[in-house]
Amino acid sequence: MSQLGGACLILALGVCVYGIGASIYGVRTGQTQWSESGRRSVYALAGILTVAFAVLELAFLRNDFSFNTVADTSSTTTPTFYKAAAVWSSQEGSLLLWAWLLSLWSTLVLFLTRKRMRDVSAYATAILLGFGGFFIALMVFYANPFGTTDPAPAEGVGLDPLLRHPSMMIHPPMLYSGYTLCIVPLAFGMGALLARKVDAEWIKATRRFAMAAWLFLGIGIMLGARWSYSELGWGGYWGWDAVENASLMPWLTATAFIHSLMIQEKRGMLKVWNVSLVLATGTLAIMGTFLVRSGILSSIHAFGGQTLGVPFVILIGVLILSSIYLVSSRRDMLRSEHRLDSLLSRESIFLANNIVLVGLCFVIFWGTYFPLISEALTGHEASVGPPWFDRYTVPLALILVLLSGIGPVIAWRRATFANARRNFVIPLSFALATLAVLLAAGVADSKPFALAMFCCAAFVLGSVGQEYWRGVRVRRAIAGEPAPLALMALVKRNRRRYGGYVVHIGIAVLFVGVAASSSFQHASELSLSPGQSTKVGAYTVRYVRPTASVTPKYDPVHTGSTLSLGAVLDVTKQGKHVTTLTPAEDFYDSGEPAQGSVAHLIGGQPVSQVGIDGGIKRDIWSAIAPNIDTPRLKRIIEIGNKTIPLVRPDEGMIAVAVMAREYMRSPPPAEFHLIVSPLVMWIWIGGAIVACGALIALWPAPSAVRARVSVRARSRAARRLARA
Amino acid sequence: MSVLVAMLTLMLLAAVMAVVSRPLLVARKPDESDTPKRSELEAEREAKYREIRDAELDYRTGKLSQEDYEAVNGALRAEAVEILNKLESSEADEVTKDDRTSEEDRGAEEDRATDPAK
Repeated sequence: MSQLGGACLILALGVCVYGIGASIYGVRTGQTQWSESGRRSVYALAGILTVAFAVLELAFLRNDFSFNTVADTSSTTTPTFYKAAAVWSSQEGSLLLWAWLLSLWSTLVLFLTRKRMRDVSAYATAILLGFGGFFIALMVFYANPFGTTDPAPAEGVGLDPLLRHPSMMIHPPMLYSGYTLCIVPLAFGMGALLARKVDAEWIKATRRFAMAAWLFLGIGIMLGARWSYSELGWGGYWGWDAVENASLMPWLTATAFIHSLMIQEKRGMLKVWNVSLVLATGTLAIMGTFLVRSGILSSIHAFGGQTLGVPFVILIGVLILSSIYLVSSRRDMLRSEHRLDSLLSRESIFLANNIVLVGLCFVIFWGTYFPLISEALTGHEASVGPPWFDRYTVPLALILVLLSGIGPVIAWRRATFANARRNFVIPLSFALATLAVLLAAGVADSKPFALAMFCCAAFVLGSVGQEYWRGVRVRRAIAGEPAPLALMALVKRNRRRYGGYVVHIGIAVLFVGVAASSSFQHASELSLSPGQSTKVGAYTVRYVRPTASVTPKYDPVHTGSTLSLGAVLDVTKQGKHVTTLTPAEDFYDSGEPAQGSVAHLIGGQPVSQVGIDGGIKRDIWSAIAPNIDTPRLKRIIEIGNKTIPLVRPDEGMIAVAVMAREYMRSPPPAEFHLIVSPLVMWIWIGGAIVACGALIALWPAPSAVRARVSVRARSRAARRLARA
Repeated sequence: MSVLVAMLTLMLLAAVMAVVSRPLLVARKPDESDTPKRSELEAEREAKYREIRDAELDYRTGKLSQEDYEAVNGALRAEAVEILNKLESSEADEVTKDDRTSEEDRGAEEDRATDPAK
């Protein structure tokens, strides 16, 4: 079947080349049948890549180790769920996933716009196929997912144990969906510039795709943070890692675009800014993929090799240069149709919000690429750490949250100071009440940024709450509906506005969680023997006893580990039992027989199974690093290596079981990492609220089901409007 | 390459060629797509309607004073009327063009009927 997969790739590359040529020829000569043929090439591409992806997926599920990709990232002992998802853990598989997702989204957008924007969509088709062709060419010439080895190895290396986590399996498709969706507005933005049709229509056609990109990227980022928190064993959810930052940057520019596109839709303003944001978002999405796949910056999330660096750098260079050329050569037609009516208007707040978001993106860009910049300038690779990022991003995040509370209470076009004053009373009361309560409780007086964030979040809750309350009141006055029905009708009629407000609440809640958990955290890293205890914040943690299990058959979390060593921790507060934690560390088969018949069974990268007691007030987080380098345990491994043949892994597992029993009989001291953080749960709740709000805003409005209005009906409407 | 794989590849190639070449082989139907001008105007109209609704909601929820609302609303409605008028004349142009085309077609048919040599 590998031959079928390979043939699919060649065919897909041919389709891309043909489609690009047909689309450009069609739009240049005005022969629409060629543009139509080009558009259909995208549909064909989606079909071919679906077959190719199915071939690779089947190879993983059937343990077909003749495929190099399968042998490198899967094994017979890898649980089925992880086998199915291991496709995108490899360089080759993830490139295929990227191209496949892009072809699906491209098909969707080109189908939806098949009767509109003929010229723009023909250029967009060529650009989308260009991106598809680039990724397919990478697979054909550099990283073929259908490469084979003959004879096939009997066993594969297995999936990287770090990736054996449910959220890590959904995280890459989410992130890649976000990245590929970012390409859709980029293609239409470039298409609009090439076709010299830069009105709001291309924005209207791709707005939902930009929002979907934003949503998918956001979900991907949150899942990555959750994985980091519960799998990596360092106790954090965000470490300003290069790959984390790479996914955050396009999300920030997409957030800016989602706000500023409303100004172009409504007022015909900010055309240069919007098209630049779209081009920047698409380019940053490609740079995000480049960072993960090129291995150019060291990161715990970087899974690629160095081979793809040069083609990606060329693509990014072409994107940046062509963006600059297109925007500068079309600047005359990108002039705003209107000017700002007033500095006190929602347009101004959106502009301020855009500047802050782009400023945040610039700070993160500088910090992320600083190692490359410093190496280029000085010859030494220097990097900046979390304190550097915090110094600049925390104040900007504060302003951003504050603006997300101010925006909803300011009117479009113009607002008067008298009205603004009246609208700020409730949000300001919320913020001041929060400030008073926190100062009185003495909770946050030593943490000014956290205190400011809590007050800003209260301001947002007050302003959005007021908006909902007033909207429902208006609706009740007009339609006489009961409050719940009025609320539903209000949201239904104004999904973008009220869905957006829900997103603002979610962001405020999320930042409260971030501020509280990072400012008021208690952490301890120490060595404990069974029976010993330590204080972490207000809690006492006692190491009750060790745990050990030999787990290929009884692996409780189905990650395929061979040995799991852990601890039972009793957590008390003022003498009262609070919870019991059971952190563990899982050991995996390294797949390298040279280590020895027993040593290789536990010689893979160990992975933490974090013990967490999460709650809405606080999380108690624990990780263990058991010591298996004791003379007794080493002796068991040595004897096993000498006496058990490699071909008898079942006997090797008996030696591992003896090790586990010995560990239980005389447990050595273990290293523990214990953290008590308040309000971590609110980060995940905030993320879920953001996703719900985005879904509300994305859901098609009933008015989207448009009927063609006759000339007479339009005349009637015009007369009515003129009379009103 | 096994026979099965070769057959599957050929089938895929045939399917791709059928999908891609269809617009080039099938006789062109009359163009059903929106004219660029009209779709641009329709996008503008939708945006203007949304603006009018937003201004009304802003007024009713106390974000705009009566005076400001009247000024904004008046301006918005005038802009909407302008768009609707443009839309109307663009559609009227299309209808005239269609009528002219069908009249020409009819004339040609009549000519053919009276003079089969044509």
